[in-house]
Amino acid sequence: MPAITNNGIETWRLRTSKEQWIRWVCWLIGLAVIMYAWQMISEKTVWFFVTDAPSQAADIGSRMVPPKWSYMDKLWKPVWDTINIATIGTIIAMAIAVPVAFATARNTTPNIVVRTIGLFIIVSSRSVNSLIWALILVFILGPGVLAGTIAIGLRSIGFCAKLIYESIEEIDHTQVEAIEATGASGPQKMIFGILPQVLPTIAGVGIYRWDINIRESTILGLVGAGGIGLQLNGSLNTLAWTQVSLILIVILVTVFISEWVSAKVRGAII
Amino acid sequence: MLKLSELTKRYNTGELALKGVTLEIPKGQVLALIGPSGAGKSTLIRCVNRLVQPTSGSVVLKELELTKLSSSALRRARRRMGMIFQEYALVERLTVMENVLSGRLGYVGFWRSYFRKFPSADIQEAYRLLDRVGLKHMADKRADELSGGQRQRVGICRALIQNPDLLLVDEPTASLDPKTSRQIMRLIQELCSERGLTAIINIHDVFLAQMFSQRVVGLELGSVVYDGKPEGLTPEVLTRIYGEEDWSATIKSTDEDDDNEEEF
Repeated sequence: MPAITNNGIETWRLRTSKEQWIRWVCWLIGLAVIMYAWQMISEKTVWFFVTDAPSQAADIGSRMVPPKWSYMDKLWKPVWDTINIATIGTIIAMAIAVPVAFATARNTTPNIVVRTIGLFIIVSSRSVNSLIWALILVFILGPGVLAGTIAIGLRSIGFCAKLIYESIEEIDHTQVEAIEATGASGPQKMIFGILPQVLPTIAGVGIYRWDINIRESTILGLVGAGGIGLQLNGSLNTLAWTQVSLILIVILVTVFISEWVSAKVRGAII
Repeated sequence: MLKLSELTKRYNTGELALKGVTLEIPKGQVLALIGPSGAGKSTLIRCVNRLVQPTSGSVVLKELELTKLSSSALRRARRRMGMIFQEYALVERLTVMENVLSGRLGYVGFWRSYFRKFPSADIQEAYRLLDRVGLKHMADKRADELSGGQRQRVGICRALIQNPDLLLVDEPTASLDPKTSRQIMRLIQELCSERGLTAIINIHDVFLAQMFSQRVVGLELGSVVYDGKPEGLTPEVLTRIYGEEDWSATIKSTDEDDDNEEEF
């Protein structure tokens, strides 16, 4: 709010009275919605199950310990599959995402049609969860690692392409201009002016997505797309709780290691 | 050597940046282009190598009309024009050597440039130039490890390795301290006289313009309002270019002229 003169004294406030009132009303509406939603949820909750939850959890917990360590023999292969699904899926995704990103970024796209197609690829890949991709692909390709790998790949294209094309749009244009001024051709401008600027992002996004994919690929087995999730599903269905706890520990360790690796690699690149 | 006639640029925003500028620059002349921000200095030099497409008028470099060239002919013409930028415009994540060699991109094919397989003559020339500006030992450093003055020297090497006829220099000292500014301007001036280069230098600093050029052109709101010798920049002229101000401290006194003038 600009300064107002009140009895000859200039005063200043951040907002006018009207803006102030609008803000109050908005807060009030927000609060009312939350309270209404709270009430609805509590009406639809079967409170018997909720009050029962601690003892149920304690029951399952007690069945889970000690983890059945000998089961580990049967887990090495699924863990290896899981890592492969994530890694190969990420490589496939990046191989497609980088060209899509260049085709989509405003400053490198050849024309509006290509840009629209690029955006469509990104949106359609991002809007479908990898579990759903896997579900569809298991129908098409049959159960197994291949379906999981492709599901991870398809899901990751949009994520990677979106982050990369945004970074292409944010590059320093004068560096490109300087390359252009030397008489460089379009493709040369790309490799000398643009690529060096976005290479750290490309590498960083790839590593980040790989890290996410390790976690995602652990559950793909639930729908039959290979990896450790398959074992988890089997153990849950047979109520083999000591196996479930071991699998959870293995997943935790795998994710922990992948986080560590990706943090190290990212640190080295950037 | 370079002839601009009735050069006009109107941006899409409707802003008229250049209003029919006519200039003729003989071979070997170092011309300083001065004027307030927004006077059209950058637009003018960018219209020469067509980083900005002029709306009308013509630019003729050695009998070659530049404004109507096809894109491949334009790329060939750009090889003869070196450009030096205000913020250096080095590719920050490439090495000094790669940045210098990028000046030869117009002469090598795509795959050679992709694998950095530049001809050995280019590499020899790059080392010679880096040695000339005192940065040979920095050849393998990444550009973002360099100081401002060093980066601008690399920018100069990149322009010179093109073996240009014309240097387009856009505010070379705007991001540098006063001492480095003088060193960079002196270097540009020396290199121009060594190689008989023609240069247009956009510059804010009136004092530097007087010190290092043979001719000063004052631009105001896209029109030439002064064209003459550096000594001709009287308070009246500066007022015509920049507007009313006390100019007595800006202008180089006649005594100093005598010390520096012999170099020209």
